[in-house]
Amino acid sequence: MKGLVRAEFRRLFKRRVTRLMLALLVLGLGTIITAFSLASHKIGPSELAAAEARAQSEYETQLRFHEQMVTECEAAKSRGETITDRFPPDCGREYSPQREQFEAEWFLPYEFNFHDEFGIFISVFAGIVALAAYIIGASYVGAEWHSGGMMNLLLWRPRRLSVLFTKLGVLLTSVLGVSLALGALWTVALWLIGKFDGQTGKMTQGAWESFAISGARGIGLVLAVAAVAYGLASLGRHTAMALGAAIGVGVISEIGLRIALNIAGVKFADRYYLSTYAMAWFEKKWTLEDWNACNLSFSGECRPDTFVVTWQQSALVFGLGTAVVLIAATWLMRNRDVT
Amino acid sequence: MVCAMVAVLEIEGLRKTYRSRWRGERKALDGFDMVVEAGQVHGFLGPNGSGKTTTLRTLLGLIRPNGGRMAILGREVPAGLPAVVGQVGAIVESPQFFPHFSAYDTLSLLADAGNLSQQRVPEVLEVVGLRDRAKERVKTYSLGMKQRLAVASALLKNPQLLILDEPANGLDPGGIREMRDLMRDLSASGMTVLLSSHILGEVQQICDSVTIISLGRRVAAGPVADVLAQHSSGAVRVRLESPADLPAAAQVLVASGARVDIQPDHLLVTGVDKPSSVTRMLAGRDLYVSELAPITVDLESVFLELTGTAPVAGQHRQVDESAEVPA
Ligand SMILES: Nc1ncnc2c1ncn2[C@@H]1O[C@H](COP(=O)(O)OP(=O)(O)OP(=O)(O)O)[C@@H](O)[C@H]1O
Ligand SMILES: [Mg+2]
Repeated sequence: MKGLVRAEFRRLFKRRVTRLMLALLVLGLGTIITAFSLASHKIGPSELAAAEARAQSEYETQLRFHEQMVTECEAAKSRGETITDRFPPDCGREYSPQREQFEAEWFLPYEFNFHDEFGIFISVFAGIVALAAYIIGASYVGAEWHSGGMMNLLLWRPRRLSVLFTKLGVLLTSVLGVSLALGALWTVALWLIGKFDGQTGKMTQGAWESFAISGARGIGLVLAVAAVAYGLASLGRHTAMALGAAIGVGVISEIGLRIALNIAGVKFADRYYLSTYAMAWFEKKWTLEDWNACNLSFSGECRPDTFVVTWQQSALVFGLGTAVVLIAATWLMRNRDVT
Repeated sequence: MVCAMVAVLEIEGLRKTYRSRWRGERKALDGFDMVVEAGQVHGFLGPNGSGKTTTLRTLLGLIRPNGGRMAILGREVPAGLPAVVGQVGAIVESPQFFPHFSAYDTLSLLADAGNLSQQRVPEVLEVVGLRDRAKERVKTYSLGMKQRLAVASALLKNPQLLILDEPANGLDPGGIREMRDLMRDLSASGMTVLLSSHILGEVQQICDSVTIISLGRRVAAGPVADVLAQHSSGAVRVRLESPADLPAAAQVLVASGARVDIQPDHLLVTGVDKPSSVTRMLAGRDLYVSELAPITVDLESVFLELTGTAPVAGQHRQVDESAEVPA
């Protein structure tokens, strides 16, 4: 058993696809970090003063325009022209720009706030890592089957289920390890951006815990995605099986179903799309609204019907999907003729 | 020797029907039997599609049989396969390897998976002659080099039973001879070798015994010499001093109950109990024999006869058109 585990770790990291995807992953995440550190600027007294100055000058410019208009209007009026079509009544005197309408805040550069914004970055990270995990997981077992390497391995290790699950375990452990390592780097990098190019915000222990939970959720999704890719590719004994299934589900669920349900006018059609459950998974709940329904509120306005998708429901959907794929893969691995 | 009688591999009544939901059924093995004794080089012969590879795959647990029993090294398989698999090295029908790994990496990963020492890897690479190319990717190998790698992977375990499905496929003449010598050496060192091959000259040279399969059933088995003897027709070639006398001689022999085939310069006589009686009979009629030789059969002709796959002029034999076992 130990030998097989070692062999599988070696095999996984010797593969070109694994190495390429890891390189792309690091490159992609690195690019986002770099771009973000360039986009975000720390706001100190000098930035505030500059913004204040720009707000003031903007105010002054607008004031000048206004005065010019009033003067023109007066002049036209004194010439006895009709002015009501061109100028507001009283030549717009009471509409003169006010200083407080020009807030310095508008003229401040973007400033990253770790406390407020890191949550979104967790989902972005999970999405990117999941994509890489899907490709790595699918090709790891798919290429192995397709090249005949799996058949060779079975001549050495005839217990098929132990081979299937050892490989899956090796894959998931590796994905977990890589996710944790990259996730730590990701957190540190964004925190540093907050620290030196923005704000970290008030990072209480509660805030860290909440990020940790979101991170765990993200990594959970990444692992599920890797397992599904692995299961599909071993079902079809080909990498393309998993990639094709992903594209197929994407097209059917996100495009075909969307169009069909829209035409049919199904209420809360969004609850049939996988992407809705992904959103709910990260946001803890996702509210669908039906604006065709009008529920009068006390204040007399229309309120839409709502339908809430919770993260627990997402967990159920993704969990069941993963389980079905893995059970099918297990059953077929047990029973199939390897020819 | 006592140990020569121990069966390393036994198959009884093996049946396998491939089922495909859309393309129907195909009976590949139909009550096949085979016994391979320890220390032998055993030839496994049969026409294309007769079920050799199916037998070997079933034996190695890659395919589920529909019936029959199998045992390797005294263990029932497939149930006992995990216990004996370490003693069985096998290649099944030009095995494929992951194309982007080198031969060295491929073997090294297998050695890890089988809990073997990494030291075996360079040893077997040396044996199959891939030492200097071992670090190149398998993708870049020629057919014969891949075949050598396959043999290396089978040898890696230093097995007691070596199963080779057409190992000579793609080997150059030197490689074939090396393979022959290798198998002799291995067998001399006590390894049992099961060799499926279509090169019958080869098989006749190196195999101690053979099993011949046709349409999923055994049609002949035993030591090579026995199989040859059983199926040698007992024919004798008769030449006379004067070829003009051949028809007359044929008449005499037919009259005595023999079957005679008249050739331009000799007679093929079957159905006589002792060759010497031919001489005596003909001499009695003043017909003088200049040559009297028993016809030796080779494995190829026995094979063609048993499997009914000898080419017939003007016909294209299709696969599966081979002889069934006489009931
Ligand atoms: N995966 C499969 N599905 C369906 N039928 C198969 C399959 N594999 C083999 N067969 C059929 O089983 C029969 C035996 O095939 P097998 O590969 O065992 O022949 P073989 O003796 O190894 O032939 P060859 O000398 O050509 O290698 C053939 O009729 C073949 O078509
Ligand atoms: Mg074959």
